Amino acid sequence: MNEDLRERIKTVIDTEPVSLFMKGTPTFVMCGNSERALQALRGAGAPVTAVDILPDPEIRQELSSLSGWPTIPQVFIKGELIGGADIVQELAANGELERKLSDALGEDYRGAAEERVVSVLVPA
Amino acid sequence: MATMGTMATEPLEILLKEAFPDADELRVEDRTGGGDHFHVTVASPRFDGLSLVDQHRLVYAALERPLADGTIHELRIKTRGVRRTKGGTT
Repeated sequence: MNEDLRERIKTVIDTEPVSLFMKGTPTFVMCGNSERALQALRGAGAPVTAVDILPDPEIRQELSSLSGWPTIPQVFIKGELIGGADIVQELAANGELERKLSDALGEDYRGAAEERVVSVLVPA
Repeated sequence: MATMGTMATEPLEILLKEAFPDADELRVEDRTGGGDHFHVTVASPRFDGLSLVDQHRLVYAALERPLADGTIHELRIKTRGVRRTKGGTT
């Protein structure tokens, strides 16, 4: 187990308004499911903080052991696991996603909407 | 005649039927025909009152082995409880 990595992942999950652990980045998505989750979040106007899990297999191991969720992507709103691509898509379609976002981030959450990418790896 | 598709989906159906013996609906589709991209649909009373995250966790638990050994490369999940909550009293 990589304690440092685990801590950094946990910090992203707990402190970012909306975190998306995905394969690739929003500008270069490497997997259809990550794309589906990203599009659903964008559609709801979510301020997405993306983490690419591909650079090191340990990221995915530590993430799944933290969240208890076996697959990628994984979406969190303020520390709470919302789900993978299927759930996020379903919540986006029925309006629940926007409700969760305004409950957690405030009704004007769209005003802050910007996408960014963070790394959980230590710079070499 | 068993097609490639049913040969691939049957083991998953067996696992899901064990986990959700009283399912109202239980389907496994081979999305691409390649035997490793699946779409699972389950409606079960076990999901009543659970969040979607917890519902999907039960499906992941039922399919733990094929997920771990690489049989399932990609999995789409659609779950629902069977109790009617919308517009009703529960």
